Amino acid sequence: MSAPSQAEPARRSARRSHRASDEGIHYSRWFWPSFTIPASIWLAILFILPLYTVISIAFGTVDPIFRGPLPIYEPWWWSGEQFGRVLDDSFGFYRIVYIHTFEYVIVASALCLVLAYTVAYYVARYGGKRKTLLLALLIAPFFISYLMRMLAWINLLDSEGYINKILTFLHLVPHPIDWLSGRPSTVIMGLVYGYIPYMILPLYAFLDRIDINLLEAGRDLGAGPARTFFRVTLPLSRPGILAALVIVSLPMMGDYYTNNLLSGSPKTTMLGNLIDDAVGSTGQGNKAAAFVLILMALVLIPMLYYMRSTARSLLTR
Amino acid sequence: MSESVFTGPQTRALPRAGGGFVRRWVRNPWRRPTILATITWAYLAWSLIPLVIAIAVSFNASRSSSAVHLFSLQWWWTDPSDSLLHDPELHSAVIQSLRLSLATMAIAVPLGVAFALGIDRWHGRLATGVNFVMLLSFVMPEIILGLSVFFVFSFLIKFVPLGSTAQILGLVTFQVSYPVIIVRARLLSIGKEYEEAAMDLGATPRQSIRAVLLPLLYPAIFASAAIVFADTIDDFVTVRYLSGPVSSEPLSVKIYNFARGQPSPAINAAATFMLGSTIVVAAVAYLLYRAFTKGQRTGAGLGDLATQF
Repeated sequence: MSAPSQAEPARRSARRSHRASDEGIHYSRWFWPSFTIPASIWLAILFILPLYTVISIAFGTVDPIFRGPLPIYEPWWWSGEQFGRVLDDSFGFYRIVYIHTFEYVIVASALCLVLAYTVAYYVARYGGKRKTLLLALLIAPFFISYLMRMLAWINLLDSEGYINKILTFLHLVPHPIDWLSGRPSTVIMGLVYGYIPYMILPLYAFLDRIDINLLEAGRDLGAGPARTFFRVTLPLSRPGILAALVIVSLPMMGDYYTNNLLSGSPKTTMLGNLIDDAVGSTGQGNKAAAFVLILMALVLIPMLYYMRSTARSLLTR
Repeated sequence: MSESVFTGPQTRALPRAGGGFVRRWVRNPWRRPTILATITWAYLAWSLIPLVIAIAVSFNASRSSSAVHLFSLQWWWTDPSDSLLHDPELHSAVIQSLRLSLATMAIAVPLGVAFALGIDRWHGRLATGVNFVMLLSFVMPEIILGLSVFFVFSFLIKFVPLGSTAQILGLVTFQVSYPVIIVRARLLSIGKEYEEAAMDLGATPRQSIRAVLLPLLYPAIFASAAIVFADTIDDFVTVRYLSGPVSSEPLSVKIYNFARGQPSPAINAAATFMLGSTIVVAAVAYLLYRAFTKGQRTGAGLGDLATQF
């Protein structure tokens, strides 16, 4: 290492700037931070400012003439009237919507987990020579739009679709079943179908990384296959399971389109539908903003957990 | 009697080598791999067959989604009014989809790559905060993000009208975190040695980035460009809130609007077209990726990248 480059770190460390890689290469203090400036400004204007606008609208007032929302940007003038009304309704009129949302999301996530874990476990442990083919088939839904996949089910479940054709042909049902109007089972099936690919791949990656020697150690010490699974594999995969559950339940909480496409009935309304409907109708802007804030509060903890696991995977590999 | 007592245990102890799948299954259906394999293949059938049928419907010479007729391109371009090519609304929606995706890709990828480079080497409290915001935009449910951008354009930044500009601005906000995460994963696997070697040999920081680091990052850049393109062309949540006149609605929004209201095989054709364009872009990205990672032992594979989400 040359002499000048040794002198520099000493001078710089006093200024609390970072020492790039400690190996004798020195960038000016603002060299690397300047790379982040464009995206940071972008996010400040189009991510942070919008979130603040939502808060300002939720705690704002209503235009007395046009019925549109009047945002209040100064926190000291915020009025809790609109937000309070929505909160009251949440414990009264809309309570059933929250119950539905949690019900569907919990049932769908649980079904996703059981199915995804089984498939991921099979591919990771017993994939063998077919592993590449299996992985390709598992990745395929990633490249197929969510809409296309819902459209496929609309075609199938239609009153003249294949499912009803087969059921009536086999005389299992006397008349075609109206699957697509207000059936919770259809909505849950749609949620599972839509989000399960996002769960299988992370679970597969996690299970694939489990050291086979640990399983063999369990077997050598006298545990049967079932015991090895429940005492070794399952505990080891707990962080993967948690991350996978968060990955699917976060978007499910804000989902309104699966419900609109596969049911479209008020009988199965979820929180996302409340938000989407409020945006669409005049004079309900404050309500939409308030629901957005409530949704954000509900998903805050899983969101932070997901951020932590993403950040960790970027630091250690 | 004595014979069966004799042969009984023997057959169980030494299962015949030629026992086929069905016989093995009948003997013990609960053998672990068999039941797991059955579930896995059943899952794959459930996940892929509906899509095959939906694609087939777009080539079917009938309006019904189950009556099978001859192969036809009626819903693609033969039909003079209802086909994807001739329905003016669908036709312009295809162009709008491609325009939004290309513009979003062109803005989000450079922004994200630069951010990833900077945040990877910048440490300190401010860097942690900036990184936190970026990750927050990655995990935020899309309905929250799309609506908040819609509100900001309706109340605060009023000079941006709803329509293409607003849509692109919103989409970039939602997509910019993909290149950041993919490129950072790649930076981690590259390490700092190559750059340092370049600079030991006399390159300036700028040169070492341009001539050494950037080429090493090409695979990650292509992968993220493909993901941003595919995700944008499929997006309808953000885009729908930010669309102004009907002409600014891309194909995804049309499909969403028509899917329940007036289903037509032309909608299936539209969805199949989107699927096709995604596959083309993914294939191009994969080929570029392969070309640029040739001869490298390490590096994030596509499988690794997919597991980021």
